[in-house]
Amino acid sequence: MIELDGLTKRYGTKTAVDHLSFRVRPGMITGFLGPNGAGKSTTMRMMLDLDNPTSGTVRIDGRHYRELDEPLKYIGALLDAKAMHGGRSAYNNLLCLAQSNRIPRQRVDEVLDLVGLTAVARKKSKGFSLGMGQRLGIASALLGDPEILMFDEPVNGLDPEGIHWIRNLMKSLAAEGRTIFVSSHLMSEMALTADHLIVIGQGKLLADTSMADFIQQNSRSFVRLRSPQQERLRDVLHGAGFVVVEAGNGTLEVDGATTERLGELAAEHQLTLHELSAQRASLEEAFMQMTAGAVEYHAHGTDVHGGGPAAPSGPVWGADSGWGPRAGSTTEGV
Amino acid sequence: MTAPTPTPTPPPPYGYVSPIPVRRAHLGDALASEWTKIRSVRSTVWTLGTMVLLMLAIGLGVAAIASGEGGNMGEESALPLGFFGMLPASICVITLGVLTISSEYGTGMIRTTLTACPSRARVLTAKAIVFFLLVFTVTLVVAFVVATAQVAMVEAAEPTGAEWARATVGAAGFLALLGLLSMAVGALVRHSAGAITVMIGVLLLPLVAGMFMFASALSGLREALFTYAVPSQMIALYSAEPPFSDSGPAGWEALFILMGITAVALGGAYALLNSRDV
Repeated sequence: MIELDGLTKRYGTKTAVDHLSFRVRPGMITGFLGPNGAGKSTTMRMMLDLDNPTSGTVRIDGRHYRELDEPLKYIGALLDAKAMHGGRSAYNNLLCLAQSNRIPRQRVDEVLDLVGLTAVARKKSKGFSLGMGQRLGIASALLGDPEILMFDEPVNGLDPEGIHWIRNLMKSLAAEGRTIFVSSHLMSEMALTADHLIVIGQGKLLADTSMADFIQQNSRSFVRLRSPQQERLRDVLHGAGFVVVEAGNGTLEVDGATTERLGELAAEHQLTLHELSAQRASLEEAFMQMTAGAVEYHAHGTDVHGGGPAAPSGPVWGADSGWGPRAGSTTEGV
Repeated sequence: MTAPTPTPTPPPPYGYVSPIPVRRAHLGDALASEWTKIRSVRSTVWTLGTMVLLMLAIGLGVAAIASGEGGNMGEESALPLGFFGMLPASICVITLGVLTISSEYGTGMIRTTLTACPSRARVLTAKAIVFFLLVFTVTLVVAFVVATAQVAMVEAAEPTGAEWARATVGAAGFLALLGLLSMAVGALVRHSAGAITVMIGVLLLPLVAGMFMFASALSGLREALFTYAVPSQMIALYSAEPPFSDSGPAGWEALFILMGITAVALGGAYALLNSRDV
C-alpha cells in the first residue's frame, strides 16, 4: 500500500506536482496515466525518496521510504531502463544491488532467469538493446521479491512480444497479492492491464477510479448497422423512435439500443443487414477529452479527430513536441 | 513530530510479503556493494594499472639516472626520488576518485543505488572507505617496492625509520586522500569531465599561475602558491624541514593539511547529497 498525501513539487514558479493525494492498493494493477510532462515521473521519484517534495508526504506501508530497513524487499522500481552502469555486466549490476540489501546471491541468477537474460548475464549492459535494458531494469525491481512494484513506462521501446510478456508478468505479480503501480501515457495499454486508474494532468489529480467505472462512464456505446436498403432502414429506425447518426461508408450508428432489439426490428420489416454490431468509442478518446485542458505541450495545427466537429482544437495526445514551427501555425514562445 | 500511525498488515487475500528475511541494513552491506561496484568496472583496472606502471617506470628510471650520475645526494637519502612518480600517479588517482561517484550520475545508476540504500551518508561513507583502502593498499605496495629499489640503486645516506614511513605510508596516504578529495568534488559537481577538470586545476594551476606572477606586489601570493601547491606538498612530505622557504609545511604536516581539506569537501558532499534531488 502506498499513500500519497498532498504531495507537491515546485521548481521555482512552476508546479510540477500539485497536491496529489491517492492510494495505491495491493492485489491489483494501478495505472498511473497522464500526458507527457504531467508529473508522473516526478511523482514516482518522490515516492522513492529520490526527489524531495516541496510539501506533502508519501508513505509505504505507513512508513517513509527512508525508514524502510531494506527497501528492495518492500518496493522494487523500474525508473528508466538505462539506470545501470553500462560498463558493468548485468550480473554485477544486480549483484551490487543485492549486496546492499543482503539479498542472497542465488536470487540474482533467479531474476536473470525470470526476465530471460541468463545468456547475457556476463555481458556489459552497455551493449544491451532497449528491450534488454528494460528487462534488466525489471530484474532489478524484482530482486528483493518485494510487495510493491513500480514501473515507469515499462513498455517503452519493447517489441510486441516484450509488451505481451510484461503485461502477463504484471498480471501474475498482482495475482500474488502484490501492489503494482505502473505509469503510462497510453490509455489503450492501461485498458488491457490496469484494474484501477489514476489520471493526472499538469500535476493535478484528474481521476481516481476503477478501470471498469472509467470505461462505463467514459465510453459511449452504440450499435452499428449496415444495410443495402439504407434509406428504408433509417425510416424504420426513426419510426421506432431511435436517434440515427449517419457515420459514412453507408453505416448507421444508433445510440442507446441493443443489437437484439435492432435485429428483431429489421427482421420484422424484412430488411437485409450486412452488419449489426455493438461498438464502444475508444477509451483513448475519452482520455483525451479528460486531459485536453491539461496537456502541457500542444502540437499546433493538427486535429485530433481528423476533422470531427466535436473535436476540441489543438491538443494531440502524446505529442509533446510543440517546439518547431509548423505549417499553419505561428511559433509559440518556448 | 509525526503521530504514531498504526500500520495494519494488509488483509490476507492481498498483501505479499517478501520471503527474503528483512533486518536493518548497515554499513557492511553498503561496503560489500561498493566493493562489487569498484572491482567490476574497467576504469578501476585501467586507472590503477596505469598508476602502478607510471610509479614503477618513473621511480626506477629516476633511480637509474641518479645512480648513473654518481652519489650526489649529499646528506639526503634516496627516498625523496619517489616524488617524481607521485605526480603522474596523482592524475590517475584523481580520475578514479571522480569516476567512483560521477559515473553513477552519468549513467543514472545513482537513482538505482539510492533506492536500494536511501541513506546518502551510508552510500558516500561506503564509497569513501572502499576507495580509500583500495588506493591506499595499492600505492603502499608500489611505493614500498619503488623506495626499496631506489635505496638499493642510489648511493646516498641510509634513510631513517621516519623517512621510510613518510615515503611509503605517507605517500600512499597522500595519494589516497587526494583521490578522496576528488571523489568529494565528483559528488559535488556530479559530472565526470567537469570534476576531473576542477581537480587537475587544483593540482597544477597554483604552480602555473605562480610562475607568471612577476610583479613584486604579488610576490607574497606567489610564495604562498609555490609553497602550498599540491606538488610542493608532495615534495614537503618527503623532507623533515620545509623544503622551499623557512616556513611552510614539512613531513606529515603536508598530509594533515590535505586531510583537513578533504574532510571539508566530504562534509560539503554529505550535506549536498542529503538535500539535493537526484
